[in-house]
Amino acid sequence: MAACLHCGLVAPEGEDFCCPGCEAAFALVKGLGLERYYARRKIDPHVRPMKPDAEGAPLDFAAHAKTDGAGINTLHLMVEGLHCAACVWLIETVLSRQAGVTWARLNMTTRRLVLKWQGEAQLAEALLATIAALGYRAVPYDPALLDAESRGRERELLRALAVAGFAAGNVMLLSVAVWAGHYQGMGSATRDLLHWLSALIALPAIVYAGVPFFRSALSALAAARVNMDVPISIAVVLAGGMSLLDTMQGREHAYFDSAVTLLFFLLIGRYLDQRARSKARGSAEHLLALRATALTVIDPSGAHRLLPPTQVTPGMKVFASPGERIAVDGTVVSGHSDVDAGLINGESAPLAVAPGARVFAGTLNLSAPIVIDVTAVGEDTLLAEIVRLVETAEQGRARYVALADRVARWYAPVVHTLALATFLGWMLVGDAPWRDAILYAIAVLVVTCPCALGLAVPVVQVVTSGRLLRRGILVKSGTALERLAEADTVVFDKTGTLTTGKLELVGTPAPRPDDLALAASLAAASTHPLARALVRAAPEAAVHSGVREVPGQGLEAGSIRLGNREWCGVADTDEDEGPEIWLSRPGKLPVRFGFSDTLRADADTVVGSLKECGFDVELLSGDRTGAVRIMAHKAGIENWLAQRTPAQKAERLALLAASGKKVVMIGDGMNDAPALAAAHVSLSPSSAADVSQNAADMVFQGDALAPVAEAVGMARRAKLIIHQNFALAFTYNVLSVPLAMAGMVTPLIAAIAMSASSLVVILNALRLNRGPAL
Amino acid sequence: MNTLLLLIPVSLIVGLVALGAFMWAMRSGQFDDLDGAANRILFDDDETPEQED
Repeated sequence: MAACLHCGLVAPEGEDFCCPGCEAAFALVKGLGLERYYARRKIDPHVRPMKPDAEGAPLDFAAHAKTDGAGINTLHLMVEGLHCAACVWLIETVLSRQAGVTWARLNMTTRRLVLKWQGEAQLAEALLATIAALGYRAVPYDPALLDAESRGRERELLRALAVAGFAAGNVMLLSVAVWAGHYQGMGSATRDLLHWLSALIALPAIVYAGVPFFRSALSALAAARVNMDVPISIAVVLAGGMSLLDTMQGREHAYFDSAVTLLFFLLIGRYLDQRARSKARGSAEHLLALRATALTVIDPSGAHRLLPPTQVTPGMKVFASPGERIAVDGTVVSGHSDVDAGLINGESAPLAVAPGARVFAGTLNLSAPIVIDVTAVGEDTLLAEIVRLVETAEQGRARYVALADRVARWYAPVVHTLALATFLGWMLVGDAPWRDAILYAIAVLVVTCPCALGLAVPVVQVVTSGRLLRRGILVKSGTALERLAEADTVVFDKTGTLTTGKLELVGTPAPRPDDLALAASLAAASTHPLARALVRAAPEAAVHSGVREVPGQGLEAGSIRLGNREWCGVADTDEDEGPEIWLSRPGKLPVRFGFSDTLRADADTVVGSLKECGFDVELLSGDRTGAVRIMAHKAGIENWLAQRTPAQKAERLALLAASGKKVVMIGDGMNDAPALAAAHVSLSPSSAADVSQNAADMVFQGDALAPVAEAVGMARRAKLIIHQNFALAFTYNVLSVPLAMAGMVTPLIAAIAMSASSLVVILNALRLNRGPAL
Repeated sequence: MNTLLLLIPVSLIVGLVALGAFMWAMRSGQFDDLDGAANRILFDDDETPEQED
């Protein structure tokens, strides 16, 4: 079996390339003297192969370009199909070599390309045609629409973190000198100098780096609530203020170091949390960008013109070329083609469409150009409806309160009351000077400062997510593990989740080898998913000569036909036996090739082990009843529901939730996205649609389902450790708070006790790295 | 004591320079593409036209 020199896909025996597009791309790269690319690149099997689209979708690049005063055009694009750093180099070099291009820079992390060129904006089409010819897809986007807010927050936190880190390091350095001085008899002038220097560093840093906490505390207070940021803010401000007063009066102790290090450690946690969230949003941005493409509209006069989606209205005729994602809902007016509707219904077999058929936004036109009579655009499409369902369902989930926050809800008021009681008690009962009374109150705030408590949950989450990540499971949401540990019901989607989502040839009876070889030789000329599956079943077949593709019907080579039932002259029956192709030859009976999705290899063992763990397992699919029944039986699932629309799936989840079940939903299609968002906790495979990955709490890689069982096992262990950590932290507080209230805790003792309790909690969490996952 | 008066400001200035460098790096987008830059250096290419900032 030969691999295509350009895209690495299977090429016909004796040929270097799988298709003319790849041959042209290879010639283009060679012509530019860049063939080193092929030696350097590393093909990533998870990325779309670099097979050039036979006929590129007409995108209006020029309309997205911005021209500045000096005649420089700038265009922002998202590039699909990047495999490795060599691809970045190839794209940048190919673009830079073209006349007029002044700047071509591709960000490998975000897959975003910035292209600048001199001259007319219309040049964009020609420039980007070369990228398309190489097999990459570039989609223009508006940088102002994306990511402005979350990136702003992330940067603010990072700046605050840098300032706090700088201050913490330097103040600590000075503090060590002061502490050492206590035992070596440092003069009071030197000590005051060091205190003043600490104040000089710490106070501006507190003002700057404390802003995220102060803001959150103030907005909580404004809403007459108390959150964890309130005691943090009070402790930091009081500690800073009191230390300044002590420094002015030349006293022995100052607490600048505790205030600044507290801020520093808390900021680390905040920043990591923000990073995780904005990463999860990345895929949604990608989807937004896809909507930014232009549509080809056919005027009543027959002329074609490009329009942005916002200007397309129902009643217009829209042209969709093969390979183009359809951007409107509508009815096919002319043309026969196949449409991949996986994004909407989650099924892997393409649907044949003919005039009169309904097509939906988000589906992919596969084999031939079609003209669509627009019935809905933008917010009115089924696609937008599904996205709305996801958003509504997600709002419901946002109400889930993490365990740490639930603890904080009553912990914060208790801490305030204790500190206030300490102050009043020392002032009124103990007759202490007000300065000492405040100092003891601060000691209570610092000692109870939720260090161990604040670490109890996050450390466990970081350790657990880290271990799961090494096993190919990405935990996206902070509370996902907590929710997973509570779950008692598992609901699977069928296609792409319980099954691999790839169509495989299933023969009953098995087709004769020479029939299969002949069919595969015809199929090799097509990119249709069923044809590709046929070629996979017989990869050694040589490409038949003179094959002609009849869109929406099949393939033809002389009098041999490979295609749908009708076209091959077979009588239609009522039985729906799933996706199929027929082969007809003169003088012989037509041969049927049936296809079916296959179960993931370990599906039944995973279902079995989940049942053993006490889960109710259910199958919820949009597919036909017969196919669902067979798969459910094979996987050992008794409860199954078939032919459910996206909204019905979400309803089923709501019904389960209403009956008190905590449901884990596992799905991959866009049609599962509302259900994923509605579930108590959700997982999706990394092969899932962007929207689904976005809606899911965890994403797992690989062809096996075992990660699901593993994630459940780890979540339950993590819950146990979190409870242990809380117990440890409370023990520490119960011991230290009375001492602090009695005024017996000096800063040194407080520092040692605080670090010791934090260390114990961290060490306990590290135990999660060892032991079995289940 | 005299050494302190000299060394503390020196260490602070060094620290501030590092902080300033970090802030500059962040503002100028040095952390935007962490994967690409590491590999970019491996692909030496003399023929790229002058790239503006």
